[in-house]
Amino acid sequence: MKMALCAAGAVLALAAAPAAAQDKIKIGFVSTFSGPTAVIGNDMRNSFELALDHLGRKMGGKDVEVIYEDDQQKPEVGLQKTQKLIQSDKVDFVVGYIWSNVLLASYKPVVESQTFLIGANAGPHQLAGEQCSPFFFSTSWQNDQTPQAMGLYMNQKGVKSVYLIGPNYAAGKDMLAGVASTFKGQIVGQDLTKWPDQLDFSAELSKARAANPEAIFVFYPGAAGAQFLNQYVQAGLKGKIPLYTAFTIDELTLPRQGDAALGVPGAQEWVNDLPNDANRKFVADYRKKHADVPGPTFYGAQSYDAAMLIDSAVKGTKGNLSDKNALRAELKKANFKSVRGNFKYGNNHFPIQNFYLQEAVKNPDGKLALKTVSTIVENDQDRFHEKCPMK
Amino acid sequence: MLLFIEQCLNGLQLGLLLFLLAAGLTLIFGIMDLVNLAHGSFYMLGAYFAATFAVMTDSFVLAALLAMLATLVVGMAVEVIAMRRLYGRDHLDHVLATFGLILFFNEFVRLAWGPEGRNIPLPSWLNTSIELLPGVPYSAYRLSIIVVALAVAFLLYLIVMRTRLGMLIRAGASNREMIGALGVNIKLLYTLIFGVGAALAGLAGLMQGAILTAQIGMGENILILAFVVIIIGGIGSIRGAFIASIMVGLIDTVGRSYLPEFFKLALSNEAAATAGPAMSSMLIYLLMALVLVVRPEGLFPAGGR
Repeated sequence: MKMALCAAGAVLALAAAPAAAQDKIKIGFVSTFSGPTAVIGNDMRNSFELALDHLGRKMGGKDVEVIYEDDQQKPEVGLQKTQKLIQSDKVDFVVGYIWSNVLLASYKPVVESQTFLIGANAGPHQLAGEQCSPFFFSTSWQNDQTPQAMGLYMNQKGVKSVYLIGPNYAAGKDMLAGVASTFKGQIVGQDLTKWPDQLDFSAELSKARAANPEAIFVFYPGAAGAQFLNQYVQAGLKGKIPLYTAFTIDELTLPRQGDAALGVPGAQEWVNDLPNDANRKFVADYRKKHADVPGPTFYGAQSYDAAMLIDSAVKGTKGNLSDKNALRAELKKANFKSVRGNFKYGNNHFPIQNFYLQEAVKNPDGKLALKTVSTIVENDQDRFHEKCPMK
Repeated sequence: MLLFIEQCLNGLQLGLLLFLLAAGLTLIFGIMDLVNLAHGSFYMLGAYFAATFAVMTDSFVLAALLAMLATLVVGMAVEVIAMRRLYGRDHLDHVLATFGLILFFNEFVRLAWGPEGRNIPLPSWLNTSIELLPGVPYSAYRLSIIVVALAVAFLLYLIVMRTRLGMLIRAGASNREMIGALGVNIKLLYTLIFGVGAALAGLAGLMQGAILTAQIGMGENILILAFVVIIIGGIGSIRGAFIASIMVGLIDTVGRSYLPEFFKLALSNEAAATAGPAMSSMLIYLLMALVLVVRPEGLFPAGGR
């Protein structure tokens, strides 16, 4: 009798375990939480957590467990952490990725295991084109899009020649190719610098000055953006050769760029002052909850959207995560209020969205802030979607 | 041609900065036979101290002096507390212990200053560019780095070559056992050298910090270059460190600026754009490999070994 009871108990326990697991949505979140770019990862985590707060810590009525993993900004570490999330944590979604090289390294194991991957920042062109996957969705952009918008803006300003500078890794190459694809003037030179360890840009700035262009375009995400801008000012180029940027000035770098950032234009799909209700709530609640850090940034906004996107899909399938086709159909609808204003997904699961011109301004209280100046391009779709076999 | 002059100045500036770091490293390695991976931590601390003192005192020069003093004190404290236990041990023990110190200092900075990095505000007279030659405007701050580092190098030369202390240092570099046997207070000498090495690293860090901002782990990348410098220059040799630093600085900067163009002569634009930066970051390691093959002791080995 005792034996039978024990056995029954064991059976019950075994039976209960998977049921409990199914009641919970497991999300793996890979970003950078150590080193000089940890502030970006923290901003993404803060925003993702804020989204969960706004959702009452539940998605489609189910509890949510988020496992945060630090990629240390290294592709090999990112891959290892991603494999761990898939194989031992058996997560339902993998979210995050700041760096294109980290995402490219981690991409295959996720989509091959038929786990949904929501890219919340990096958008290397390979994933928008030939290597697009039914299991990958982006809540950010394809890398080329933002600099493409900057190229269009430089055309509007009548810039005739430009010098391009960026880091030598997947995203850096995409960014420079992006601006080159829309800019109508002449590209008088370009430099790709060692990434992420080269932070002294004296040689590149000297070359840029000697090439005598009408403008310099630059892409340096994270702390490197502050370092570049400081050196650009120290080299005496400010006021001589105007700077145009993508992802070089954000809320995290702005305090360290200070007045050097004033009047330097950047393109972005999200700005903190975009006038829609979802965004007002996101920005206000973020600043209330995290008064001690600058932010939110576009990295955070994209992470917030990633949480909302997953929630919308889980709600759409009434919590059924096993029917992947149904889940994909729901994800593709992008049926949620994005903080950038609503967007549609293209065939390759990258957003078709607006890009804005943003500039740093000084508020009356003396603090610097980013604000929207104008819309550069509306409903922009990346230039690789035709290469993606998905229809 | 003007561009070439400018790039040489850039290279010289990087080289002299490396020298400040390598001078301490080579002395510590050469005299105490201690592999100090944590040297980069003093570089980082110098930058953070300067950032704090600059806000407190509102003067960059004063902040720089105070920060050097602070890193000197921290360096001597580290020597007394941690390094003393490591002398005479295996190099692997040094690597493990000083790697532990790197982790300790990185976390310490994270706790004390936060993870987001600090700016070192420059006074406006440094934060501009000046016309060095007609048509060659150059950052006044980078120029000041060159001047300060040259002055420090000259001062070091005077101390090492012309004073009694310098004689002991040189003697220590060529034969450690003998100088101890002759009754020199080796403990005090070690503490002093370690502290001065740390202060020089701190000076390099705070000067570079004003360009690159103070960041956690900022010393680790440049420390690799500093090790390359002391290997090329010969371990224990200040003169070797000086010449090798300038070589490395020039090769790195000039390579970065001209190699991609050079590759364009032979390769397609696309291949050149990829191969150029990759190749130029390899150049200094190629130089190191070459030196190791031709003169395994380095270009200017400290005598007697």
